Amino acid sequence: MMFFKLNTATGQPLYLQLMQQIRHAAENGALQDGDQLPGIRTLAEELVVSPHTVAKAYSELEHEGILELRQGSGAFLSINRRARAIADRVQAASRKVECLVEDLRAGGLQDGEIWRLFETTLFRGAEIGTRR
Amino acid sequence: MNTLPAIETRDLSKRFGKTNAVCNLTMSVAPGSITGFLGLNGAGKTTTIKMLLGMIAPTGGDGAILGYRISNPAESLEIRRRVAYVSESQRLYDYMTVAQIVRFTKSFYSGWHSDIEESLLRSWELPLNRKVKTLSKGMRRKLALLLAFARKPELLILDEPSDGLDPVGVEQLLETMVAQCGEGTAVFFSSHQIAEVERVADRVCMIHKGRLVMNASLDDLRESYRQIDMVFSGAPNEVEFRMPGVERIQARGCQMRVLVSRNAEQVLERARMHDANSIDVVPIGLREIFLDHVKEN
Repeated sequence: MMFFKLNTATGQPLYLQLMQQIRHAAENGALQDGDQLPGIRTLAEELVVSPHTVAKAYSELEHEGILELRQGSGAFLSINRRARAIADRVQAASRKVECLVEDLRAGGLQDGEIWRLFETTLFRGAEIGTRR
Repeated sequence: MNTLPAIETRDLSKRFGKTNAVCNLTMSVAPGSITGFLGLNGAGKTTTIKMLLGMIAPTGGDGAILGYRISNPAESLEIRRRVAYVSESQRLYDYMTVAQIVRFTKSFYSGWHSDIEESLLRSWELPLNRKVKTLSKGMRRKLALLLAFARKPELLILDEPSDGLDPVGVEQLLETMVAQCGEGTAVFFSSHQIAEVERVADRVCMIHKGRLVMNASLDDLRESYRQIDMVFSGAPNEVEFRMPGVERIQARGCQMRVLVSRNAEQVLERARMHDANSIDVVPIGLREIFLDHVKEN
């Protein structure tokens, strides 16, 4: 089974963190098409978070078409073409971000400073309506 | 499943002499969710809980639990049948052994879940043949929690449940809370351990000096609470930054720190309008928000 790790100290809802980690696992191959994820209650107990957190992450992922929820039998990964296209884009973006971060570090910036720059920039994006 | 609010209060108040222990408390707790109840010692948490359970009478306002009015004696009885409550200093029968008190409590509840009883007895390593009075504080707490959990009630009200538990015990407690919530139980718990509230709760209610100062979902809180640090060329004008969502402004020379509960974007825009030399946005945790609320008032 997958290992998930939720961080309560970041400014990101736990369900979003879980969604990202499941997406990430689908991208890097840790989870394959058709793989079954633990039930909502099981995963909530394992992560010691509210079941609503897991339920929300699952239902959002179902909305995105990455997860298929079957009544009574759990959640299954369904990596269709669209989801795969998103995954490819994210992977390409992730390489870009890696390069950029390396660059900034080489330029002498601390991780905390880089983190704040990202936060600030994302907020600026929100203003012109590019935030999802 | 029940769709009525697990807890609902309107202007609930309690005066002790000249002191307003709880003042016009209006809140609603969704069924099947986990809600953390935060406040300093003496903020009015226990008084609120006692009013909800009909243990003390409000001096104003009203409330309902699972749709039953707390002020109506017959309905209050129904509340106690459907709600399990573990207080800070739960009274247990000292002369009984663990096995006896479990058997005794079980006899009052037709919907007792022996599977929960057995699994908690095992995982919490409660010694069946020890007398309650010889148990450590942590053990007594675990026993009191077991007696509540095994009823699998519609609503669990826990007053400082992790108090006196070791880290493993706290983890087991939180796991059990999550498990029960997964089966439809609403959990309302007070705590001083902000980290545990941050982890398991869907919502948080914050009370200070008897007044509700915050009732928010943790998702919203993580998403929209931010601390914004700005540096300007000259001393900034605070008034410019008093806008909706801005909870607190601190200015020091050319620097300004703003705490927002929403609308961070608008603060940033304003900052750029005034040619800020630097703008930093950082997410802010429940602990800082809590401290901010209790210091400010």
